[in-house]
Amino acid sequence: MARVVLDHVTKRYGDVVAVNDLSLEIRDREFLVLLGPSGCGKSTALRMIAGLEDLSGGQIAIGDRVVNDVEPKDRDIAMVFQSYALYPHMTVARNIEFPLRSRKVPENERGPLVEEAARALGLSDLLDRKPAQLSGGQRQRVALARAIVRKPSVFLMDEPLSNLDAKLRVQTRAELIELQRRLDATVVYVTHDQVEAMTMGHRIAIMSDGVLQQVGPPQDVYERPANLFVARFIGAPPMNTITGTIASEGGSHILVTAGGAIALPSEVSGAARNATGLEVVLGVRPEHVRILPHDSETQFALDATVAVIESLGHERHVVCRLADEQMVIVRQTVETQRPLEGTAVRLSADPVGLHLFDAATGLRLDAPDPQLVGDGE
Amino acid sequence: MATEFVGSISKPAVPIIDLVVSEEDRVAIAKRHRRRRTSIAIRYVFLTFLAAIILFPIYITIVNSLLTPLQIAARPPFFFPTKPTWGAYSDAWNAGHMSLYLMNSVIVTVLIVTGQIVTATCAAYAFAFLEFPLKRTLFIIFLATLMVPFEVTVITNLTTVVNLGWYNSYAGLAAPFMATGFGAFLLRQAFLGVPRDLRDAAALDGYGHWRFMVRVAVPLARPAMAALAVFSFLGAWNQYLWPLIVTKDSRYRTLQIGLRQLRATSLDQVNVTFAGVVIAALPLIILLVIFQKQLVRGLTAGAVKG
Repeated sequence: MARVVLDHVTKRYGDVVAVNDLSLEIRDREFLVLLGPSGCGKSTALRMIAGLEDLSGGQIAIGDRVVNDVEPKDRDIAMVFQSYALYPHMTVARNIEFPLRSRKVPENERGPLVEEAARALGLSDLLDRKPAQLSGGQRQRVALARAIVRKPSVFLMDEPLSNLDAKLRVQTRAELIELQRRLDATVVYVTHDQVEAMTMGHRIAIMSDGVLQQVGPPQDVYERPANLFVARFIGAPPMNTITGTIASEGGSHILVTAGGAIALPSEVSGAARNATGLEVVLGVRPEHVRILPHDSETQFALDATVAVIESLGHERHVVCRLADEQMVIVRQTVETQRPLEGTAVRLSADPVGLHLFDAATGLRLDAPDPQLVGDGE
Repeated sequence: MATEFVGSISKPAVPIIDLVVSEEDRVAIAKRHRRRRTSIAIRYVFLTFLAAIILFPIYITIVNSLLTPLQIAARPPFFFPTKPTWGAYSDAWNAGHMSLYLMNSVIVTVLIVTGQIVTATCAAYAFAFLEFPLKRTLFIIFLATLMVPFEVTVITNLTTVVNLGWYNSYAGLAAPFMATGFGAFLLRQAFLGVPRDLRDAAALDGYGHWRFMVRVAVPLARPAMAALAVFSFLGAWNQYLWPLIVTKDSRYRTLQIGLRQLRATSLDQVNVTFAGVVIAALPLIILLVIFQKQLVRGLTAGAVKG
């Protein structure tokens, strides 16, 4: 296995910058997820690692070797495509064997290797079938078998689960994690699905508009998003972001917004002091918002109206509207008393779950951490 | 609602959908069905009529090849051979040298079909999978050659073939037709249907362009290749003008010229000419029957994607 280092990598298509100055290290035996919305440059970055796209700038190293000018086949990598890219006219066995044939692996060694890969992915009974005769999940496993059969240093996966139905995706997700642990492999995994990213990766690298936004272990990224983009992208339902101004009151700081004010905890007061009088964005996850009765005497709470209630069985999402039309989602357990739609309520926020962002730049204001972009550990 | 329904599938207590059709609706539905049936019947009659018009000359050719010259000249004409005579076929085959012409036609056709498939595959692959300067312009030039009738280039081709020393040879007969814009266009459309990911996967698996073309792209483009093979076969087999001007003796003359000679040499035995025509057309008819599906598929693929 090997580590992969992207050093100031840039990709331009004419005037469009698909990947902008991306520096990232994927450690040996690490499962790194490149996460971002469509068109953020994550697939382009992956294709550059694979050698399917040339670099406009920077360099990529796999192991100790700079691979900028190395052919894809000589990079010792395997890739699983979103479409699986199985050869439709070949049987499962031939598909798995295909990379071995080009590498001139002797025929008597190919058979056992194919069988081993097929067994690892539960395909032993399907070896004589053609891809058209397989289900989506089976095709996906054939694509994986074709990747593992030649034991590459690095696995690249480009949204391999997005063509599966929801139930199969959950199952295959677990299988992929288990496979990575078993092979002890370095994996770079591209997805736009933040649930996949959170559940699968040792670390997540979040991209937007070709720029790396934050790298870190899933929990760190969830708990300390580096900017508003990450805050809104990670988490379902997404983090609530409430725009307001900071005011000072009796030595502490509060965020003043439509329908009331929220007290800011001491952890963010340093940042708040510098931002007093400025417009900021307060981030608070739905699980850190509480619904209080409208006649609650609490000093720091926001007046709101319950707009919609979405029940998910094990929990419910209460969508509330503030006086200035900003929406706030509250996550409640089913044991909590269910409010009525259309009623007036007050919303308070758990002080430990507050994040402060600069409204102009979107950057995190409270205790900016140089580690937020980079290592993350 | 659901539980009520489970117990009474055959006779739901409450009719969920009112299935009672009024008499007026019933009449309207019947009328619509009748109209549709009539329209289908008219279409079939029309198509049968067209098929009969197209097949009639072929039928008459076969019938006349089995009649004697006198029967052919008789009025009213014979539309069915009451006593078929097969002698015309042996006359055409032996005296008319049809066997030699047939062999020449087969050799030239195989050369042309093979040549067209090889060149079209390589050109189409380049247009579909490779990036190179002026790709679009070159492709348009390729397409533009489809607009140029063969007669326009015949003098240039003849000069070239003579200069190459290929006059009166198989090479001279086949060379000008071994590459066509049509073939490149048809196969390019088929190759564009091969997912791009397959090329990328093959590149990672260690397959260069040549091996990817042979092992993946070509097998996936088989229907279009079959269509191209049939078209080039038809074109090559039916050639008349070029074989006539590029050959000087019967050693290299093809079937179509042989037919012309047969007609000239057996003016009093018109049934022999008809037998020669049947011999010449037979390979084509067999080919069309075997490959008609590919022919249609190849044509429609080009039409839809083009």
